[in-house]
Amino acid sequence: MAHADTHNAAAHPHPDAHAEDTMEHGGHGSLREYVVGFLLSVVLTAIPFWLVMSGAIPDPRTTALVIMAFAIVQIVVHMIYFLHMNTKSENGWTVMALIFTIVIVVIALSGSLWVMYHLNHNMMPMSHEMSSMG
Amino acid sequence: MTATTINQTHDLSQAQLQAAFYDLDEHDHPEGGSTMLGFWMYLMSDCLIFAMLFAAYGVLGGSLAAGPGPKDLFELPLVALNTAMLLFSSITYGFAMLAMEKGSKGATQIWLLVTAVFGIAFLSIELYEFYHLIHEGATPMRSGFLTAFFSLVGTHGLHVTFGLVWLFTLVVQVGRKGLIPANKRRLMCLSLFWHFLDVIWIGVFTFVYLMGML
Repeated sequence: MAHADTHNAAAHPHPDAHAEDTMEHGGHGSLREYVVGFLLSVVLTAIPFWLVMSGAIPDPRTTALVIMAFAIVQIVVHMIYFLHMNTKSENGWTVMALIFTIVIVVIALSGSLWVMYHLNHNMMPMSHEMSSMG
Repeated sequence: MTATTINQTHDLSQAQLQAAFYDLDEHDHPEGGSTMLGFWMYLMSDCLIFAMLFAAYGVLGGSLAAGPGPKDLFELPLVALNTAMLLFSSITYGFAMLAMEKGSKGATQIWLLVTAVFGIAFLSIELYEFYHLIHEGATPMRSGFLTAFFSLVGTHGLHVTFGLVWLFTLVVQVGRKGLIPANKRRLMCLSLFWHFLDVIWIGVFTFVYLMGML
């Protein structure tokens, strides 16, 4: 209720104040922000491509982990410099939605991979027996 | 005496209840005030669609059915070029947003069209790749790996296609009505959408293309 009152008091002099406010938070950046984001993205894209194409790290497993780390860093860079994510926009609701989505994505991805890996693993001897029987 | 006090407190709580539950104090909701948050919710649900497609690719990626695998099919230089196109389109869209902020209509339209050129280049390269794969017999019907591959990359490509349709619509809209608040809002929604597609592409080139070549 207190929130509604202050909101009212603030909104009455300028009916569009709220709309402008939302837009202000919605997604503007400066030229510097875009350029920094772009340069970081170029570097963070070029390194994984180079790692895989040149085979600089002999062990594929290590290479996979390194390029996954680069992908995560680049996603964060895009979120900050291009999508202009911050904890204050829309009273923090965009961040809340993002966190919720990440939780669901992590559960769905790790769950699917984990379950299906074990399914394949457990089905393997069966199909092996079948083929040796035949 | 006591009766009136009770009565008063009763009235007060009733008034509080009404104010709290019915919000009798009407305050105006400006047009478009909740659009950006709503669009963000849409993007998050779109994110879930892609997460499921990534999960399907993760599960089916190894099911080659004795068909061609990632190493036989993917050409990394082409993927690198594609990635560059999408990244360029991201920064040119950023320039369009900066031009919008300055209020210059012409510059906004020009940067939007430059973005469209990079977007079309991205799609053309992707379609060329798909054509090449299908020509070699690596169709979506060939194996579980290829089904998952075409679903994931194809869905991303469809998003870019609809983003382009939206982009051309906005070029015309801005040309006709100028940089009115409604058009600014639409441009900002498309900005989120366009950059979001670039974020998804980071996942695609890392998990599908680069890790497929290891």
